[in-house]
Amino acid sequence: MVDFDVVELPETDHVAVGEEAPDFTRPLVGDEYWSDTALSDLDGPVALVFFPMDGAFPATYVWNEIRDREWGSSSDLTVVGVSISTPYEHKTFIAERGMDYELFSDPSAEVGEQYGVVHDLDGMPGVREHRPAVFLLDEDHVVEYAWVAAEWPDFPDYDEIEAHIERP
Amino acid sequence: MTTPEITLYRLQACPYCERVVRKLKQYELDYESRFVEPMHSDRNAVARLTGKRSVPAIRDENTGVTMSESGNIVEYLDNTYGDGAAGGA
Repeated sequence: MVDFDVVELPETDHVAVGEEAPDFTRPLVGDEYWSDTALSDLDGPVALVFFPMDGAFPATYVWNEIRDREWGSSSDLTVVGVSISTPYEHKTFIAERGMDYELFSDPSAEVGEQYGVVHDLDGMPGVREHRPAVFLLDEDHVVEYAWVAAEWPDFPDYDEIEAHIERP
Repeated sequence: MTTPEITLYRLQACPYCERVVRKLKQYELDYESRFVEPMHSDRNAVARLTGKRSVPAIRDENTGVTMSESGNIVEYLDNTYGDGAAGGA
């Protein structure tokens, strides 16, 4: 039982199951370089993971968990992240986490806007970022599973998502 | 989105890289920009491609050419895509 108030986030009209995932192009950052990449350039099923800015503890928790669970390592699933952090921060984050995943850089949070997962941060005027959110896209990039944080902080149900990933 | 035939390895705010960009734009060539590390010693993607860690570096799938040094690249682009191109490509 928590003895503090968890912040509830307002309801959001986010991209839902059955909808086609909105396409976007942003710098996609790997451990060696970044280059403009469209979501539609990614083949096969995709796990699109929105997360708070690199360096905040939710970002670290989410990617440690995904890394340790080795999502995508034994299937054709592509796991990619999106946060407002710059490509330089993503490169550092990837190196520090020792993770084999690439991250989109969306400093304006406009991709978050497209997906209905924007979070206006209290106490940081002018800074808006992405709520924790996970969208599983099938091979045609239709949304099969959608989870968007309703509280702050809030974390994905990794087991539930794994059940979706592993479904034949 | 089709993948451009030309890949440019570049560093943000590097004047030598911008020189190559101007030339690519002049000849209206489609290219993919790959931004690499400011830290010279960390540019392994470039080293694997050209054997050197300096940028700019390009890979042109049209001709199979890989090269670094902006002076060389500009000369190559002039000769391959400029008015005085030897033709064929």
